[in-house]
Amino acid sequence: MIVTQDIRKSFGEQQILKGINTSFHPGQCNMIIGKSGSGKTVFMNCIVGLVIPEEGSILLNDRNIVPMNQKEKSVLRKEMGMLFQKNALFDSMTVEENVRFPLDMFTNMTMSEKSERVNFCLQRVNLPSANHKFPSELSGGMMKRVALARAMVLNPKYLFCDEPNSGLDPQTALVIDELIQEITREYQITTVINTHDMNSVIGIGDKIIYLYEGEKNWEGSNKEILHTENEKLNDFIFASEFLKEIRKLNNRTI
Amino acid sequence: MFILDALEGFGKYISMLGSIVAKPEKLSMYWRETMRQMYDIGVGSFWIIAIVGLFIGGVTAVQFSNKLLTFGFVPMWWMGSMTRDSMFLELAPTISALLLAGKIGSNIATELGTMRITEQIDAMDIMGVNTRAFLLGPKILGSLLIVPILVIVACLLGTLGGALAGELGGFYTWEEYKYGLQDDFQPQYVRLMFIKSYVFPFLITSIACYKGFYVKGGSLELGKASTDAVVYSSIAVVIANFVVAFLFL
Ligand SMILES: Nc1ncnc2c1ncn2[C@@H]1O[C@H](COP(=O)(O)OP(=O)(O)OP(=O)(O)O)[C@@H](O)[C@H]1O
Ligand SMILES: [Mg+2]
Repeated sequence: MIVTQDIRKSFGEQQILKGINTSFHPGQCNMIIGKSGSGKTVFMNCIVGLVIPEEGSILLNDRNIVPMNQKEKSVLRKEMGMLFQKNALFDSMTVEENVRFPLDMFTNMTMSEKSERVNFCLQRVNLPSANHKFPSELSGGMMKRVALARAMVLNPKYLFCDEPNSGLDPQTALVIDELIQEITREYQITTVINTHDMNSVIGIGDKIIYLYEGEKNWEGSNKEILHTENEKLNDFIFASEFLKEIRKLNNRTI
Repeated sequence: MFILDALEGFGKYISMLGSIVAKPEKLSMYWRETMRQMYDIGVGSFWIIAIVGLFIGGVTAVQFSNKLLTFGFVPMWWMGSMTRDSMFLELAPTISALLLAGKIGSNIATELGTMRITEQIDAMDIMGVNTRAFLLGPKILGSLLIVPILVIVACLLGTLGGALAGELGGFYTWEEYKYGLQDDFQPQYVRLMFIKSYVFPFLITSIACYKGFYVKGGSLELGKASTDAVVYSSIAVVIANFVVAFLFL
């Protein structure tokens, strides 16, 4: 479980996060939505400790990451997996070596145990026969899968995904979403996802928070989000004329 | 403002160096990475260092021989000790270092900078890896282990180049040159060569690491970091060269 209390962060004059309180529970897909530039990435980077907020506390199972030094963070981070917006696969290593890297670095498993675990994870993300390819030889969807396999290889308690669907076609996006949801449920991971993709919000958003100009403007589930009265959120969700029309029809039938 | 920026940068550089010294998460991973760096630097730069060493020794011998011939009163065997001392004292360590600044300096800065802007370093951070220790330590250590060997190769080939040039140009014979090589051997010149061949690669790799590791932005900044790495490390090498000579000779 992750709890954030009154998170504030500025860059120079510009205040990006203006006091965010929320909580994320295990076994759930927690979505952070908001316009481009609303601070989603900054917020996520605060939670994982890559960015240090000026104020507030971030508790990961009651351990506050904000005041921690590098060493203390390292310990906590062995429980985290993260999917980056740009994949962040190590381009000098093959798929297999990428996924094995955390095992090489942090476990004393034998080579065959490691291989077994790597193959299990690659199968879990439906990528069984790419072990010896390099990241540059993969499609965008495949890279996402490798990144996901690498993020889950050490059995994380927390999984962070920064726009897991950006650059993917709708079908592949759906597959990645479902994978993330399955893994989250199966291993009771506390999963936090940044996205602008309304499909995934509706599809897998157990809890959704909407960031608007650095504040949490709305919070609820994917069941509630389509019926919200919140003006700003509606403007965001039903951004296109097409969707606005659908919404009118929808409201009439209800 | 320029001075403040420079001081701030220097502080950051020193603190980077401090944080490299840490207990490795897994010694075998660090060792493997160090071996890889040694191989890349050693094999990757062997030929250029060897060829340049040979020709620099040769050209030194030719140019000084011409001078000596006009004087007429210095025996030609003196060229042996002259070439040897020039190679050990100055030419081999310094020219190798300047070549390496261009080659491995830009390599390292580009590699680390690419890892930074494509979030690979963040990804390692998130896994709990001490990225400064793991990414920078083996590069610096690897260069310290392999560059002195390259410098010795350059010294020996340069001295050989002097002999070949003398024979080819008809300035002196191999026997004369050999006599000169054995004359007036100064052990502290060798010591100086070793000091330089540890100080220079340390400066080159650590400055390149600094420039690459802290890149912000995109490919434009990456290119700049790579050039900066070469420029700053070359400047550091020539300044250090002077300081070392001053202190140890
Ligand atoms: N390191 C930084 N230095 C200065 N400003 C920053 C930094 N990181 C982010 N910002 C600013 O913070 C704001 C929020 O950025 P952020 O990346 O969190 O947006 P986002 O919601 O993730 O957008 P997107 O959906 O496009 O990824 C932007 O205005 C950005 O310019
Ligand atoms: Mg973002």
